[in-house]
Amino acid sequence: MKKDKKILAKGVEAIVFGALEAECKCYFGYPITPQNDIPELMSRELPKRGGVFLQAESELAAINMILGACATGARAMTSSSSPGISLMCESFSYLAALEFPAVVVNVMRGGPGLGGIETSQGDYFQATKGSGHGDFRFLVLAPSNAQEAYELTAKAFELAEKYRNPVMVLLDAILGQMKEPLVLKKLKIKKYPPETWALTGAKGRNSRFFRSLFLDAEELKQHNLKLMKKYQSMQKEIRYEAKIEEGDMVLVVAFGSMARLANEAIEDLRNKGYQVGYFRPITLYPFPYKPLKEIVTQAKKPLKILVPEQNCGQMVEDVKLAVEGKAEVISLPYPPSVVPFPEDLKKEIKKCLNLSKSRKV
Amino acid sequence: MRLELIIAGFGGQGVLFTGNLIAQASMLADYHVTYLPVYGPEMRGGTCNCTVVISKKTIASPLVLNPSFLIILNLPSFLKFLPRLKNKGKAIINSDLVKPEEIDNLEVLQKKHKLYFVPVNSLAESLGKPMLANICALGAFYKISKIFSKQNFEEALKYMLGESKAHLIEPNLKAFELGSKYIEEHYQIR
Repeated sequence: MKKDKKILAKGVEAIVFGALEAECKCYFGYPITPQNDIPELMSRELPKRGGVFLQAESELAAINMILGACATGARAMTSSSSPGISLMCESFSYLAALEFPAVVVNVMRGGPGLGGIETSQGDYFQATKGSGHGDFRFLVLAPSNAQEAYELTAKAFELAEKYRNPVMVLLDAILGQMKEPLVLKKLKIKKYPPETWALTGAKGRNSRFFRSLFLDAEELKQHNLKLMKKYQSMQKEIRYEAKIEEGDMVLVVAFGSMARLANEAIEDLRNKGYQVGYFRPITLYPFPYKPLKEIVTQAKKPLKILVPEQNCGQMVEDVKLAVEGKAEVISLPYPPSVVPFPEDLKKEIKKCLNLSKSRKV
Repeated sequence: MRLELIIAGFGGQGVLFTGNLIAQASMLADYHVTYLPVYGPEMRGGTCNCTVVISKKTIASPLVLNPSFLIILNLPSFLKFLPRLKNKGKAIINSDLVKPEEIDNLEVLQKKHKLYFVPVNSLAESLGKPMLANICALGAFYKISKIFSKQNFEEALKYMLGESKAHLIEPNLKAFELGSKYIEEHYQIR
């Protein structure tokens, strides 16, 4: 068998290769740091594969081109960074209302406002809680290394079509800009035929009509209930990574690059005999409430939960919802541009362990 | 085996290229690697650094507080990063810009760490290619660290330069040899 090609790739490049592996056909975007490598690579690679690359005049134009492409059932993707994503939020609401399978990548930078170009996880709320008006959700995937960025981006296209719902791939600037080995594996990405729902030409069938305006109260209610059921059905897509051992006294919950720093810290502490566990949500929406709750309720000793994030405390609210008051949850906020070293996290974890009067084994 | 390397210097000295090249060559030598460039509004003449972690095991954190290896290309970087070097860590220092005789606590530092002073600017100038000082430092790194082979380096270099810059392969290889030879002649490497 032919060995898969291994390259040294940035997180953002891995995203492009993932999209190409899923046979993404359209990319529309507008440049913004720190994700410019995505349009750059797309502009080179997409036309070679019969796809369309277009640099739009603005983020608004880009996302509405995506809306148009999705209406025809084409695999379409855009990417941006925080302020650019905010500009797209109105259309996110329309994409969700119209049930269009768009894939959106956000490589987060510091905010609010124009913020800065330093790394951040400040768009957690925006990504997971419905970024525009009305009741809607994106399915949100948060990779923590290049390989995962590749595989999850490819998977995003499948999930978007499966649920006919937009999917966001959310990563921070550190993951976007760092390079690591990436194996360009062949992936099995399921396709859902667009002919059953999209604007594919009405020859031989009745014409189709998409709208998000429902002036009839009953109709609007039914539309919302249908969407709600769909979001509930996404529960089966929940993904997470956990390293828990019996007797753990502190659990660190983190996502994206912060999870890697936390992983390094806990591995080192475990080797020294400290009882520390690790939990990384991979789907941020749907959030793995249930598995996290089970860890807490099945713990032999009372668990303390530490939530380091590259923001002022956002995911920590979901962690609190998950544990339903059965464990103490402590937020460790690191605002944009402040990235802790694993050593800093170790200090915080030890502080937490001392508070719960644990002893070294 | 695990090595955490920080490369630091002025923007324009090829700090990021060197880091990327080391990561690429180490990957070819079958190591896990992460390469993290500093990331911000950098500019030519400003300071610049990158972190490369090379390991036989999977690497969690790409960020490193206390590196085990440094490549220091200018004085501000020496002042900033040497205090962060691990005990018994190694450092390749550009002795054209950081003169050993001007370092006040040189003896103390040499007790704690293994310092390799390499005049990379002069070496590169002797080739008539002053911009290859970074590759001379990389040659020194190859000789000291023994992580990747010369073939790994050559393959990585070709990959990174691509066809459009293929004419630069030869001078780069020369600079690499020069850095490697300097270590061989001036330091004992076990």
